[in-house]
Order: sequence, then C-alpha cells, then structure tokens
Amino acid sequence: MKLKTFPGGLHPPDGKHYSANSPIESCPLPDELVIPMSQHIGAPAAACVAVGDQVKKGQVIADAKGFVSVPIHASTSGEVIAVEPRLHPTGKALPAVVIRPDGEDRWDESLQGADPANLSADELKDRIRAAGIVGMGGATFPTHVKLSPPEEKKIDTLIINGVECEPFLTADHRLMLEQSERLLDGIDILRKVLGLERTIIGIEANKPDAIAKLTQAGAARNIEVQALEVKYPQGAEKQLIDALTGRQVPSGTLPMEVGVVVQNVGTAAAVSDAIRHGHPLVERVATVTGPGVHTPKNLLIRIGTPLRHMVEQCGGLNGDPAKIIMGGPMMGQTQLSLDIPAIRGTSGLLIFRREDLPKRLEAGPCIRCGRCIGVCPIHLQPTTIAAYARLDMIAEAEEYHALDCIECGCCTYICPATLPLVQSIRHAKGGIMAKKRTI
Amino acid sequence: MLAAVLSLGGIGLVAAAALGIAAKKFAVEVDPREAAILEILPGANCGACGLPGCSGYAKGVVDGSIAPNLCTPGGSDTVEKIAHILGVEAITAEPKVAVVFCQGDNSKAAEKYRYLGLQDCNAAQKIADGPKACPGGCLGLGTCERVCPFGAIEITAEGLAVISRAKCTGCEKCVGVCPRKVIRMAPLEATTHVLCNSHDKGALVRKYCQVGCIACTICKKNAPEAYQIENFLAEVVYEHHSEAAGVLEKCPTKCIRDFATGYPEGSSFAPPTVPVKPAQID
Repeated sequence: MKLKTFPGGLHPPDGKHYSANSPIESCPLPDELVIPMSQHIGAPAAACVAVGDQVKKGQVIADAKGFVSVPIHASTSGEVIAVEPRLHPTGKALPAVVIRPDGEDRWDESLQGADPANLSADELKDRIRAAGIVGMGGATFPTHVKLSPPEEKKIDTLIINGVECEPFLTADHRLMLEQSERLLDGIDILRKVLGLERTIIGIEANKPDAIAKLTQAGAARNIEVQALEVKYPQGAEKQLIDALTGRQVPSGTLPMEVGVVVQNVGTAAAVSDAIRHGHPLVERVATVTGPGVHTPKNLLIRIGTPLRHMVEQCGGLNGDPAKIIMGGPMMGQTQLSLDIPAIRGTSGLLIFRREDLPKRLEAGPCIRCGRCIGVCPIHLQPTTIAAYARLDMIAEAEEYHALDCIECGCCTYICPATLPLVQSIRHAKGGIMAKKRTI
Repeated sequence: MLAAVLSLGGIGLVAAAALGIAAKKFAVEVDPREAAILEILPGANCGACGLPGCSGYAKGVVDGSIAPNLCTPGGSDTVEKIAHILGVEAITAEPKVAVVFCQGDNSKAAEKYRYLGLQDCNAAQKIADGPKACPGGCLGLGTCERVCPFGAIEITAEGLAVISRAKCTGCEKCVGVCPRKVIRMAPLEATTHVLCNSHDKGALVRKYCQVGCIACTICKKNAPEAYQIENFLAEVVYEHHSEAAGVLEKCPTKCIRDFATGYPEGSSFAPPTVPVKPAQID
C-alpha cells in the first residue's frame, strides 16, 4: 500500500543510526545552569528572582508577559548566582538566570498534581500555561495558545506529531518507544481540553517499532496511528495535516482554520507531567549526535544545561568540531560555541567535523534547473523570491508569497549552485514584515 | 492608391486636429518656477530631502510644503539658486559628508564565525549579530555601496566600506541602511576622525581588533579641547576639529585618521591635493 504523504519534499541521508538504538539516559546536573528568558515564540519572560536567592526545582523564576508568553521555572534546586545577559542560541547575549545546583534536586512542595477527570477544560489550560509548556518540536509556540481557538473555529481533529523527519534526531522516536503511557495520558488530557475524540498520531515509516507499539497501546483509547512516507519535511505542521486529513491550510492562516490542532509527542508527554504531578517543563529529551560526538546518545536534560556538558556525557568530542548545530541539520541553528545552554526547543545537538561537511563552492548563478521548485512543499518559486530579495524588491517578493515559506531548507539543500535560498527568502520576509509595521 | 493616400492622410489630419484641441483645452497649469527649480536640482532622485524624487521636491518647494534648503546633494549653490527663484533668503546648511567610523577590515579585525550566506549586511547581521566579533565594526558586504546614488562608496579587497569625500553629497542614504550604524554624518571641513565604533572596554577591543579605540585617553590628554571620551570611545569634538590632527602619531592603535592626508588602507580614493571644497556633481 502506498503510504500517505504531501507533494514535494526530499529525503536527505538521515543519519538516525547514530542514536536510534540508544535508550534515553538521564544527564547528570552540570555545575551551572543558564536559563534564558527567551525560550518561546512571543514576549520574553521577566525574571522575578535576584542574585543570592535559593530556588527549588520547578519554582517560577520568570513571569510570563502577555498572552503569547509562558513563565520559566528553575530546572533544579540551588542558588541564583547571576541574572545577566548570557549567550543565547540565537547568538546574541540575552537576559538569563544562572543557577548553581545544590545537588539535592528538591521539588518545590507547593506543586501539586491533580486528576484530570476533576478539572475543567479551562483549569487544565491554566495549568498547562503555568507549567510553561511550549511546542517541543522546535518551534516553541506556547501550547495554551494553540489550545485556545476562537469559538467560531470548530476543532474536530487532534494530530500528534511523531514524525521526526529531521535527519539525525531520534529523541521523539525514543520517547514514543519508552514512554508511550505518559504520551497517551497527555493525549487524553489534550482531547479533554479541546473537547474532541478523533486523534491521529503521524509517524514516519522508518520507525516501525514505535508505530507497532503505539498502534497497540492506542487501540484501547481510540487513537489512530498512521505510518507516513519517509520524506522531509513530513513533520511540518501544514504538510502533516495535508498528508493525514487531505485538508490544506489556506495561505496566511493557522491549522485551526481547517479544524485541526497539531501537538508534538514531547509536548503531549510534558502535558501529562504538568497535570498529573504538577511538574512544570524543566527537562526534555534531546539527541546528542553526529560524527563529531564520541558516543551519540539520547539524553534527558535540564533546561539550561550547557551544550559542552551534554557532549561530555556522550564521551566527549570526536575530533575537531567544525559545525555545531542546535536542532536538526535542515532547520537547526548553527551555534557559536559549546558554552551556549540548551533551551525548551532544543531537540538535538549535532556536531560535524570539517571532513564531514560538503566542500562548499562559491555560490554560482542560478542555472534555472527548477529543482528548488520541485521540492518546495509549499509550491513556491524559491529562486524567484530569492532573486527579488537580493535586489531588495520586497513588494515583488511578497507577490510571490514569500511569507508562506516555512524555511524548511529543501531548496537550499537541493540547489546545485549552492545559493543561500532560504536565507534570501528570510531576508525578504523581514523586509515585508518591516514594511507592514511602518504602514 | 490615391484612395489610400487620401484616407490615411485624412485620418492623420483629423487626429492631429483633435490632439491640438485637447492639448489646449486640457492643458495643466505648471508653475514655471517648478520647472525652473527642477532644472537646477541634481536629478539623482536620492531622497535626501525626504521625498521620493526631485520633481516631488520641486513641487513641494513651490507650494511651500517643504523647506527650500533640504537638497544636500546640490549643496549651497543649489539652495541659493532655489532661494533666488522663490525670492526668499537662502539659509544654507553646513555641508556634511558620511564617514565610515571603522578601519577594522578582515585583515585587522577578528570574526566570530565564517559567514557564507547572502552578501548583504542586513542579512548577515540577523545571524548572531553578524560575523564580526566587534559589535559595531563594518561588515563590508556592500549594502551601503549598492544604495549610494553617487558611486561614492567602495568596498576594499579586505572588506571595508570607504566613502569618498569628493563624491559624497551628504544624502544620508547609506546611514539609513547600515545595520551597525557605523556610518554617521560629519562636517565636511572636519577631516580628522576617530575611526572606531566599538563601545566595549579597551581590553576587549584589543582582543578582536588591531585598530580599535581602547579609550586610553592619550588623545584627550594631548588635545583636551578636540577630543571627548564617552562610553569607552573617543570622538572628535567638531567645533575644535582643527586641533585634532596634532595627536595622530600619539594614538597607540592608530585609530585616528586625518582624511586630508590619506584614506584607510586598501582604498583607491586619494585625498584632495587642494584644500577641501564643497562637493560638486558631475
């Protein structure tokens, strides 16, 4: 039977063999946790602790500012040793709270779990927000916002994203295999919040063990599991909705427009912890992998763990690192150093040596081969938009729907002229947004 | 044959007559002063006056909606001529030029990472605040060079923007597009500048740049009137610029430059042999 999928996309060498078979391992506490205030899309949180304060694990150290924002919590117990700008995964120095762990790892006693059956949908949503839960796939969009569609939008389907189409990453795969009960419990809570029944878990066909396990476990709860063709970016929200339901999210709108809410498997698992145990989002599973890492592993890390500490838990570096990527190789962010901390959206840490990187040629002229158009999952013309961006012809780039680009990187990957297509389109998007703000 | 000539000729005559009448009947009154002013303006459509083009500015000046002394590329000559046409007194502004306050090209300033992307300063700045380790240094990817309507900016082989004092008309287009605010306006007659844009402390500046200002205050000690040091960066006090050139040799990092004696290394621009005079447009 032909597997479901979306038009466009490609399948880069996926490198999942490095870490797919290594069970999730708990990463010991580092000497210092650097917890940035900007870890989600939306307004950064505002620090509410001072140097010298003793904090407990799960205690709020920064308050949310505005609706599209979430609070931030201490990832362990210890002393606040600094509240200052520190290097952030974006490469800029941004406000952060630095905690020196006391080694006891004591939870804040005021955090109480509850039985979701006794809570209303609004109470559940409030608890999810208070726990600081954001989309764990990497985009870090606050979950409570996704769970609060306006009343006129009727949501009929919950999609759980277990695709993990980014090459090299195996964190979601291990989570589905090892913590399926936690995941399914989180799904039940999300269903209750949204007031719906129909739930589909989408998983790429290269994870047959996870598909088998969840199909069996999900049957009793009326959760459907759908195997999907192995193709990047299968796990992009709109591509996943298209593959699973055949519905296309119109340009410039959100999935709620077609009655769907998509949540990552990691998010669902975090929701379960937040409600059952009252535990906020202070740790996550991240894959530390790539040829530049001695023993690639899937680690359960505290938010704020320096990348260097994660690498040390994996036997250290293997050779000289030439490229450090937070996230997957297609959409991840290249990092300036290993002193940067892991944040809520850190699904992986990928290290390449110079010999692993393709020999990069000078970007040449576009040869009009059209490969970028063939792979674009949004049906855009990347080369045209990029050309307009280079010439600062922002209005023309907008006409070619630059704003619909999801920056998946397929066009840059496939371009034989090695043009920086995604970066050019992002440049155009920045110009369009700046223009919109001034009008 | 004859019929064709007559009919085509006839159509021509009728159309010519119609056009002639229409031209008289629907003629738009143009203030002759507007045309005269447009004639004087440089015609670069650079936008320095705040309007998109020269014709818009000419119209604005005539109907009084905009001041007559805003055409910096035209210089004082143009302002005087406009004032003469309008019958008002000319208030000319002091001529200014744009200066790149940085000499740290790729051979002198360190980089945080190797940048391989789009050759545009604004695009590079979005990635971890740009590849240069210095937070204020020139990125040298040529965004200012591309917007300059007068061809007054060049990028040296080692990646540093340099602005010709002879060709710059002071339209400020480059000032607006530079993501690092390293280009600023300065009086044309002041030729000595501290070419550094880093407010970091001296020890840090030394780590990433050989020609950055380390705020050692030697310049201020030797010419107290001509220099001020603010936030770990020395700058020339332009009212006393004539005294500034005297301390060039004393600066330990050689970040002070007198443009009258030479442009930054790698530039093809030469200092004027005669004393600097207001810019002219070819």
